[in-house]
Amino acid sequence: MADKRVLVWTEVAGDAPHPLSLELLTAARELGTAEAALFCDSPSNCVDTLGQHGASTVHLCNDGVFAGFVAEPHVATLAKLVSENPPDLILFPSTFPARDVMARLAGTLQSGVIANATAVSFDGDSLIATVGYGADNEASVTLDDQPPLLVQVRRKAYAAEEVGGSAEVNEIPAVTPDSGNRVQVVETVQEETEGMNLEDASVIVSGGRGLGKPENFKLVEDLAAQLNAAVGASRAIVDAGWVPYSYQVGQTGKTVKPSVYVAAGISGAIQHVAGMGNSQHVIAINNDPEAPIFEMADLGIVGDALTILPKLTERVQSEK
Amino acid sequence: MKVLVCAKFIPDPNLPMTVDQGSKRLVRDPAQSILDPGDEFGIEAALKLVETHGGEVVSVTMGPDSADAGIRRAMAMGVERSIHITDPALEGSDALTTANVLANVVREEQPDVIICATESTDAYTGMVPGAMAGILDMPQLTFVRSIDVNGSTVKAQRDIENGYQTVTAALPVLITVTASIAEPRYPSFKGMMQAKKKPIDTRDIAAIGLSADAAGEAGARERVTDMRTVEIQKQTRLIEDDGSGDSVDEIVAYLKQVQAI
Ligand SMILES: Cc1cc2nc3c(=O)[nH]c(=O)nc-3n(C[C@H](O)[C@H](O)[C@H](O)COP(=O)(O)OP(=O)(O)OC[C@H]3O[C@@H](n4cnc5c(N)ncnc54)[C@H](O)[C@@H]3O)c2cc1C
Ligand SMILES: Nc1ncnc2c1ncn2[C@@H]1O[C@H](COP(=O)(O)O)[C@@H](O)[C@H]1O
Repeated sequence: MADKRVLVWTEVAGDAPHPLSLELLTAARELGTAEAALFCDSPSNCVDTLGQHGASTVHLCNDGVFAGFVAEPHVATLAKLVSENPPDLILFPSTFPARDVMARLAGTLQSGVIANATAVSFDGDSLIATVGYGADNEASVTLDDQPPLLVQVRRKAYAAEEVGGSAEVNEIPAVTPDSGNRVQVVETVQEETEGMNLEDASVIVSGGRGLGKPENFKLVEDLAAQLNAAVGASRAIVDAGWVPYSYQVGQTGKTVKPSVYVAAGISGAIQHVAGMGNSQHVIAINNDPEAPIFEMADLGIVGDALTILPKLTERVQSEK
Repeated sequence: MKVLVCAKFIPDPNLPMTVDQGSKRLVRDPAQSILDPGDEFGIEAALKLVETHGGEVVSVTMGPDSADAGIRRAMAMGVERSIHITDPALEGSDALTTANVLANVVREEQPDVIICATESTDAYTGMVPGAMAGILDMPQLTFVRSIDVNGSTVKAQRDIENGYQTVTAALPVLITVTASIAEPRYPSFKGMMQAKKKPIDTRDIAAIGLSADAAGEAGARERVTDMRTVEIQKQTRLIEDDGSGDSVDEIVAYLKQVQAI
């Protein structure tokens, strides 16, 4: 049923479209005609990449106002674009800025929303989505409203596909909100993370408070280095200042879905599991046999992470 | 300064969720429900602001009658008074309706700062605060980990994907806080005693000018048609490590099996 116009909201990550938006172009193509909205201050060759992933049109707004992310000018510009010629559906990736834009747009346009979708389809004009609740429940949810419908899709629900093609560009001006640009960005600080990006990694080694002290986090990093893995953390040790916030996995941190997740000294609180519960294979090392993390582990080791991690690192190295 | 803090009452996230097969909804047992732990961070942030700048912290909750238990906890932490929107007709409300209802209270209260959690611990949508900001045409500062008010401007640090951003805005603003804002205080015995006497202003939908067909399931654009528990087919293999570290063999074998080595 390729008759729906589906707009994918895109942000720029470095000098490429955010990978999660590329995933959504796959969903958009399945549902109809895929378009992209790209509001940024330096599009470099994002338009080409979006075209290669199936966007037929890129609505491009190239303006300095988008240099540091502020929701208001995004929403004002997007609201104008979609009010003039409403697409049937706007898909938003699971990123912080996308959430900000979608939520505010919903309030502005009085549109219904679905968040946390893992699949999206249409039954006539009615939209049906699968939505995850917690680690082990899911729901079927319908959304009936005037177009555009607003849906946020979880990461890795769809796979990005390069299908070839090129997009037409529809250049639009930035819209200043009626009340002006009230939020000013004073400073943006990118924290250096060593090694690999958590969200792209196929193997993640994470550590928690069970490691005892900050110096011991190195045991996690050493194992990660041998496994070519990214490094993650529980909030307990982020709050304690052992590692930067960018390492945090969970409800208020990153949502990850690697092939293998190793949790060392992590209890498995629901808020941590919210971010890693969809990992394919979970290995947990914890000295408390009752730790909730074992409920979702494929392999659980009841023991001391401080003795197991170094031995494991050594063995993995010798296996290579 | 007047700070309005949003406080949701939710099923205890540490207990397993159960789905009612008839209504296809999450079972919300009041006896097993609590003030959303995420909102405790918002309450803490609100209390700190008022401790520094003077003024009043008011909380607002949309939820069933039983949510009073959560509201009392917020009051025991230090919230002065509360507004509780409760009406059977609100059951099944979606994020937009919730945002409209809460925005209505904001219009009446005219706070300088509105604080919400970034997302609730039952729905995890994080849609309500931003939608409120859109409805009220108010600046939104989200994922905030520190707040500094100076006269009529606020300076905040907010988390971004790989770092943080410092932003400023003029009051009034809507702020969503993360769990790194400040450790929530534990209610003192005195606080709990005082909470019992603090005023809760209970309102039904008529009191906020909402008609029954715009509320709850009837007014919702988003409707749950089915809810199911996904069987996690995890067969955990649990191995005791006696201290010799022999479990390492098992881990290595497993890593090979899943092709991580
Ligand atoms: C609103 C809100 C949002 C939150 N968001 C997040 C989030 O995004 N991410 C997150 O992670 N948390 C989050 N939390 C916090 C969460 O509830 C937990 O407090 C946190 O995950 C605990 O971290 P931990 O497992 O490292 O520490 P603990 O719970 O202290 O667990 C430490 C574990 O290590 C084990 N241990 C101790 N010594 C050893 C040893 N020598 N060897 C092996 N194991 C050992 C212990 O048995 C224990 O299970 C949030 C909380 C709230 C209220
Ligand atoms: N029914 C409600 N009553 C009061 N506050 C709410 C309600 N629903 C949402 N909120 C606020 O909005 C935040 C995010 O909720 P949500 O958008 O549902 O994930 C919550 O943590 C609360 O601060």
